[in-house]
Amino acid sequence: MSKKHLENADMELAMSRVDGRVKVTGAAKYTAEVQLPELTYGVLVESTVGQGVITSIDTKKAEWAPGVIAVISHLNTPGVPEYKLQNQDVIQKQLRVFNDANVYFNGQPIAVVVADTLERAQYGASLVKVTYSKEKSFSNLKDNIARAIVPKKAKADPKGMTSDFIRGRAEAYKDAEFQVNEEYIQPSEAHHPMELHSIIATWDAEDKLTLVDKTQGSQQTAASIAKSFQLPAENVKVLSTYVGGAFGSALRVWPHEIVAILAAKKVQKPVKLVLHRNQMSYMVGYRPYTLQKVAIGASKDGKILGLSHESYGKTSMYEEFTENVLIMSRMMYDIPNVDTKYRIVPLNVSTPAPMRGPGEATGSFALECAIDELSYKLKMDPIELRLVNYAAQDPDKKIPWSSNFLKECYQLGADKIGWNKRKAEPDSIQDGEWKVGYGVATGTFGAFRNAASVKATFKPDGTLLLQSAIADIGPGTATSMTAIAAKNLGIQPENIAFQLGNSTFPKAPMQGGSNTVATVGSAVVATCDNLKVELAKRAAKQKPEWNNAIPKNISIVGTQLVNSDEPSSKVEIASLFKEDNLSELVIKGDAAPGEESKKYSFYSFSVHFIEAHVHELTGVVRIKNAVSVIDCGTVVSPKTARSQSMGGIVGGIGMALMEDVVIDDRTGRTVTASFGDYHVPVQADIPQMEMMFVNEKDPYLNPMGSKGLGEIVIIGVAPAVANAVYNATGKRVRHLPITPDKLI
Amino acid sequence: MIENKTREKEDEGMASNSRRDFLKKSSVITAIALTPVAAVKASDLKLDERLSEAIEQMSLSIEINGQQYNLKVEPRLTLLDLLRERLKLTGTKKGCDQGQCGACTVHVDGVRTNSCLSLAVMNDGAKVTTIEGLANGHELHPMQEAFIKHDGFQCGYCTPGQIMSAVACIHEGHANSETEIREFMSGNICRCGAYANIVNAIREVKAGGKV
Ligand code: FES
Ligand code: FES
Repeated sequence: MSKKHLENADMELAMSRVDGRVKVTGAAKYTAEVQLPELTYGVLVESTVGQGVITSIDTKKAEWAPGVIAVISHLNTPGVPEYKLQNQDVIQKQLRVFNDANVYFNGQPIAVVVADTLERAQYGASLVKVTYSKEKSFSNLKDNIARAIVPKKAKADPKGMTSDFIRGRAEAYKDAEFQVNEEYIQPSEAHHPMELHSIIATWDAEDKLTLVDKTQGSQQTAASIAKSFQLPAENVKVLSTYVGGAFGSALRVWPHEIVAILAAKKVQKPVKLVLHRNQMSYMVGYRPYTLQKVAIGASKDGKILGLSHESYGKTSMYEEFTENVLIMSRMMYDIPNVDTKYRIVPLNVSTPAPMRGPGEATGSFALECAIDELSYKLKMDPIELRLVNYAAQDPDKKIPWSSNFLKECYQLGADKIGWNKRKAEPDSIQDGEWKVGYGVATGTFGAFRNAASVKATFKPDGTLLLQSAIADIGPGTATSMTAIAAKNLGIQPENIAFQLGNSTFPKAPMQGGSNTVATVGSAVVATCDNLKVELAKRAAKQKPEWNNAIPKNISIVGTQLVNSDEPSSKVEIASLFKEDNLSELVIKGDAAPGEESKKYSFYSFSVHFIEAHVHELTGVVRIKNAVSVIDCGTVVSPKTARSQSMGGIVGGIGMALMEDVVIDDRTGRTVTASFGDYHVPVQADIPQMEMMFVNEKDPYLNPMGSKGLGEIVIIGVAPAVANAVYNATGKRVRHLPITPDKLI
Repeated sequence: MIENKTREKEDEGMASNSRRDFLKKSSVITAIALTPVAAVKASDLKLDERLSEAIEQMSLSIEINGQQYNLKVEPRLTLLDLLRERLKLTGTKKGCDQGQCGACTVHVDGVRTNSCLSLAVMNDGAKVTTIEGLANGHELHPMQEAFIKHDGFQCGYCTPGQIMSAVACIHEGHANSETEIREFMSGNICRCGAYANIVNAIREVKAGGKV
């Protein structure tokens, strides 16, 4: 059988990014770079207490500072109409911007200074003096665990992942011969995309808004803003042509966006508001600090009999944030007895947000470390242990997987990293002053598909323009969509343009939860098929045999339309536009999921292997090698898929070894807000890595045969690192990040 | 009311014509300030700030991507904001505004510099190259080509800074091994995690000797 899976060398030479040139020349215009006449600048004033009430805001000095146009706070806000409505969604209650004098967290936006230049707005903001009636604030989860609550979502959706759950018996692990019962802590992590969150808000008319905005969903942002300001949906236009990373931080509307819109209303000019790097750690969400308790029990042969998993995550005082921390414990392994419990703890912090591999990345850290701990107790290879408990179908939904190539993933990865070099006994390989260890962990994330539409404009010269509202936060959406269209139609990629990030383009979901290729790709296929049908209809007027052509056999070769069934029936593309003198053909295509998710359980899978070197004196951890093997169905765009996977490893290394949003609980202030204090992986931290894709088609999710990729590339990486560090040193660190102090 | 002393101190070391400029303006203000009634009123209405706005502009003569600019700028304006906000050269990125990420890397007289940490007026007489000035017309710089080929980016936001740094890294003689490249490229954060591809791009350009 020919090799189907992809390795580095197969992918490095694949099609390059279609937007490569604009990105390497600096021509790509990200949000804050769009030029508008009469632009003004907004700079936020933040609360400096963690909880309390504003007693005064002295804006006089700021107002008189050169260039300052307005200072806006709850005292003079034009107001957000939605705040006055009754019956608001009680679960998703956004922070009400400038609504009253209440302060819920340290760093809350409480005023904005608008000036004609950035420097003047910054200086103006420094002149605003605020006094508070300060109350005690609570920001530490462990100290406040008694405040834990069952989320409202659990009550609304008793079968969902946040409700208490029992399969078989609760606490069955207690009856097993071999047990692990431990607590794991994932600290808060900030997304910190390199592009700062930015918005330029312009009121085109009393009831019409245009926003250039950093968002993962132009249409969803438009809809949310239209609701907040009670505007007709079509009157809010959102542009997000280039997005400099997001990782989940731009999946919703944040207070600074509302502030910019309010400010633009007040000054009647476009207002640009760019967050400062430090504000990025508490104004646009974060992966919440989560404490987990995992107890697991197995018999001597490794068969897991019971698993109990509890999760306590941070949320804000005004809004309940939940995520699927416990899903993997319910579906990953074939375990007869599973019970889970999910709680949140409202604190004086801003609301968290989904961060790459939301929930699952946190949950897999606890679960996959616990499995590793169990393997040492059983004296069993951790891969073997996972294979013993391999689930042949989804044990949670009790239906078959749509596809599952986990076994292949374990095999390919073990061979690639040289798993046979690993010693079962920890702390047994030494390389000079470094202790060497190997770790493995598994990741999974649901493979989703939503509804989308695509518009195609096809020209007589054979060029094709495709448009969709979808965002591209970095994976290379225009590239993968171009690849799908090129493959479907036979057109050369350079003759295809894919435009995105515009709320007036055809319907698309947010770019999040690894659903873009499955969703928008399906709409691209539908559109291309519709285009082929239309072209065949036109060709049939010249040559009747085109009446029988089916889309699968039709392709565009150079300047001709070709039917592989009837090779002699070729027609010139340009001739198809002649009869009605058309300058272009405009075709739409829609695609939506069907009933397949009732029959099959859709998940992508990944297995990550890490070789870690730990310095015996300083406790410094160096990742020497990383291998990820991925089952994401057919790989649509190999070069960008490989980069996305490497990015996942890098994010996972950050999560495992350095990232930690530390709050001073006396004040509620974030002390690791800048890159000087909040460490993310830099070039010197990252080795060469091998990314492998099983590249086996998923038969049911979509016509491309793909599943999602963006999340599984990080889910499981942090536990693989932690497990490698244990194998190297015999020290089990259950509280991330694994900093040197925890190893010496 | 007017703090001539501090102003003069700031003025030291600046081009002499801006000093003359300043003295001329400051005597106008002194004249206003010396009228007692006007002085009180000015202070009440914060006119002093309004007036200082008029005079706090310094001359700056700077060459950017081969083009000469003679500008008046506030001394607190950074080189980065001069490029992005005033000259609309937005290829240079702002990632942190405090010297911690490298997104704003440009070449000042051939040396890689975090433009967010450099006041515009400190670059009087300097020659600056930004990402917009790297390609030769339509022909990309070999480093830009290599970044596309090796997919040295995803979102592209750190990319101009990475490329400017990479070109300088080779010029400095700091690209002789993979380890050396990693060390000397560690001032440029890529949150998308394109590091390994960036190293490969730099190695290829270095090996090709085209920089
Ligand atoms: S913007 Fe200058 S170093 Fe980050
Ligand atoms: S490419 Fe996105 S930060 Fe580097």
